[in-house]
Amino acid sequence: MSAPVVLEVENLNTSFLLPSGEVKALRDVSFQLRRGEILGLVGESGSGKSITGLSINGLLSPPGRVMSGSIRLHGEEITGLPHAAMRRLRGAKIAMVFQDPMMTLNPVLRIGVQMGDALRAHLRISERECRARSVAALEEVGIPAPEDRLNAFPHQLSGGMRQRVAVAIALLHRPDLVIMDEPTTALDVTIQGQILALVQKLCRERGTALIWITHDLAVVAGLAERILVMYAGRIVEDGAIDDVLDTPAHPYTSGLIDSVPSRAQRGQRLRQIPGRMPALTDLPEGCAFRPRCGFATEACAAPQALRALGGLGGRHVRCCHPLIPVPS
Amino acid sequence: MTEYIAKRLLQALLVLAVMTVLVFFGVNVIGNPVYIFASSECDQPCLDKIITDLGLDRPIWEQYWVFVGNLLQGDLGNSFTHGVPAMSLIWERLPATLELAVCALVIALAVGLPLGVAAGLRPTHWTSRIIMGFSMLAFSVPVFWIGLIMIIVFSVTLGWMPAVGRGDTVEILGVDLSLFTLDGLHHLAMPAFTLSLIMMAMVIRLTRAGMREVLFSDYIRFARANGIRESRILSLHVMRNILIPIVTVLGMEFGGVIAFAVVVESIFSWPGVGKMLIDAIAVLDRPLIVAYLIFVVIMFVALNLLTDILYSVLDPRVRLGGAR
Amino acid sequence: MSGAMAHAAPPPGVWRAFLRSPAAVAALAVFSAFCVVAVIGPWIAPQNPYDLAQVDIMDSLLPPGSESWTGMPYYLGTDGQGRDMLSAMIYGIRISLLVGLASGIIALAVGTIVGLVAAYRGGWVDTVLMRIVDLQLSFPTILVALILLVILGRGVDKIIFALVVVQWAYFARTVRGVALVESAREYVDAARGLRLGALRILFGHILPNCLPTMLVVATMQMAAAISLEATLSFLGLGLPPTRPSLGLLIANGFDYLQSGRYWISVLPGLVLLAIIVSANVLGDRLRDTLNPHL
Repeated sequence: MSAPVVLEVENLNTSFLLPSGEVKALRDVSFQLRRGEILGLVGESGSGKSITGLSINGLLSPPGRVMSGSIRLHGEEITGLPHAAMRRLRGAKIAMVFQDPMMTLNPVLRIGVQMGDALRAHLRISERECRARSVAALEEVGIPAPEDRLNAFPHQLSGGMRQRVAVAIALLHRPDLVIMDEPTTALDVTIQGQILALVQKLCRERGTALIWITHDLAVVAGLAERILVMYAGRIVEDGAIDDVLDTPAHPYTSGLIDSVPSRAQRGQRLRQIPGRMPALTDLPEGCAFRPRCGFATEACAAPQALRALGGLGGRHVRCCHPLIPVPS
Repeated sequence: MTEYIAKRLLQALLVLAVMTVLVFFGVNVIGNPVYIFASSECDQPCLDKIITDLGLDRPIWEQYWVFVGNLLQGDLGNSFTHGVPAMSLIWERLPATLELAVCALVIALAVGLPLGVAAGLRPTHWTSRIIMGFSMLAFSVPVFWIGLIMIIVFSVTLGWMPAVGRGDTVEILGVDLSLFTLDGLHHLAMPAFTLSLIMMAMVIRLTRAGMREVLFSDYIRFARANGIRESRILSLHVMRNILIPIVTVLGMEFGGVIAFAVVVESIFSWPGVGKMLIDAIAVLDRPLIVAYLIFVVIMFVALNLLTDILYSVLDPRVRLGGAR
Repeated sequence: MSGAMAHAAPPPGVWRAFLRSPAAVAALAVFSAFCVVAVIGPWIAPQNPYDLAQVDIMDSLLPPGSESWTGMPYYLGTDGQGRDMLSAMIYGIRISLLVGLASGIIALAVGTIVGLVAAYRGGWVDTVLMRIVDLQLSFPTILVALILLVILGRGVDKIIFALVVVQWAYFARTVRGVALVESAREYVDAARGLRLGALRILFGHILPNCLPTMLVVATMQMAAAISLEATLSFLGLGLPPTRPSLGLLIANGFDYLQSGRYWISVLPGLVLLAIIVSANVLGDRLRDTLNPHL
């Protein structure tokens, strides 16, 4: 735990400014990430996990906007940086990979061109060196015959190969922080495992901090060291992965764990969380999970703070009826 | 790739064959060509002689073969009014029309692309509304009316621009062109701009629609996430994707431009094939009309073929899909 | 049954949504005004421009605001034959709108039948019909119409025929597209299950659901038809000189442009512009509000 802090996010509030009014997509999101650490960011779609990623690397497109809060990279504030300065960070210091490998690579440009552009975005290098570096990067992610692949178009590669290429591009400049937004969701399970192992290995070797965004607890379980559970734009629980999975503190986390099929006994009925996440436009007062929660009481209607739990993992939970005791 | 081109070539030939049949029988349906050649005092034996000379006594399919045979040798008969082979008249007038059409195409792209990009980047801004309004007007207002207003404003009222003719031409590679003399350019400007408006409107719409689609795609977001400069993203990553549909549509519409050149050429008295057609129609010079028709059909089929091939070159998905 | 009919009715509020655009309301007003003028034209025109007895060649080329020797005012001047421009334009609007509407409606009918048959029968019928449509659409409308008129000669009936020939394919393709979507819907299956006749399904169930799309395409096509007729008449191919449409009036005035007698061309040109632009704005707005799959 002595590794230097790479990323600090503090009280991040992101909204979508629609003509009909402001929709708060993120509320008071805070967390930090150390060198080489792998953080699993878990939540349903609409929970704000992708918006968190886009807020960090400054790629929110209007009407989305970071309203307040602080994002610091190596202690330096990056919210409100001018466009040019932010561009110099992207790809070089903060990289991001998106969900659908079919859509992440430009369909009409050769792989070599796309890699070359990504290299030249931050380096002034010759055509030759550009090629050499691209080949090396493709080799690192385990792509056979990388020389030939440079001349290929994305559609000539399989989904898994494309995602490997995307990973290679993201890691080209050895960034300090990589944000992976469900990069394996669209892939076959076996390919998914390969990509997971690959990313884990590369990040370990290089000490890259990684945020792995997913809705799949099973994926994070084998990958991340720490987990952050989001619900309706708020962090509801965080902590060391094993602690959280073994003894979830928030009823929502517990519900998520119970609905993972592999954890259920054969023949036993799968459990599910009743209802659905409320729309961000009409969140209930207090705890947003309240309408779906079996433990909800009157007290849940009051605003909830993120409270620290004891233990080494530095656990926090935002709930007034936590499933494990909170030291007062 | 070769297989794909061969397949398209075969289709093109089929269309050509169908069109020659349509043109041939269409022409044979209009009136009796004998009376065009026969003088008023021609009696029955004289008429019979002309019928035999023209081969009209033979069965219609045999006549069709003769027609196709002549066509393959580039012979479409002599113009009644000019007394020279119709095809040679077309070749003589074609450079003027092509010059006009190509200039119109260049203007349409040069003006339409930036306007479309601007409208696509900021779709709700007032400039975008003006651009889109302009595109709707350019699309719906009849070409001849725009030409007319331009003549009234720039020739009659302001006296800046000549209203008729090609001006000085200079011979380049054996072809007379107005493009490379000052006087020629002066004459070319108004007709070329008038002709470009419809295409320009189309380019604006396609570019804007393409921008809206491509800008929000994951691959552009990924390119941004890699720190690639916005100018580079726009000029290569976005533009390459947008240009594919634009090239396709423009290729298909280029034939339409040649067709609309008929209107523009008659307004501005531009001595191209379109003006020739209108003049031929006025005096019912049938061989010339038929020659123009066949020529246009061939051009269309060739253009469609070229567009498809170009499209497949630009879009790797099509290119390799056809090869499989 | 009632469910299918309810499906066909426009969603509530379409009219209100349509009226929310000031441009569309203005376009509707302008277009309706021209339609009214076209209908009551013969009763409001100062002169019958087709009646040579009423036209005085001595009054030719008078500027707007002049008077005839009998004291009749020429509000918009006269043309080269001494016709009152206002009257000529009113009659021109009649002809232009007649040609546009008639060709549009006939093309709509032909195209709808072809499109429905293609969509409903499918198989080789569909393939053959759509190949013809593709071939037709690959040639520019103006060229096809021009050639047809060269063969057929001038006349209102001939130009309507030529316009139908160049337009039906658009309708056929659009209707087929919508009909294919509609016939995949469950209510058509339900109708099939009830053993309703093919015609009954086509016209009672699929057709009503194609109507919004057809309305949009028809509005746009009518504007295109009016524009095309004017262009052809301008080239001297559409209508006979004795019954001038707006396009022919503009063409007649074209010869006098250089001498500064702008009104003969420009005034009918402005009317033509107003008709075409208002029809296009209407079509645009209809598409936005009805939101058919175009």
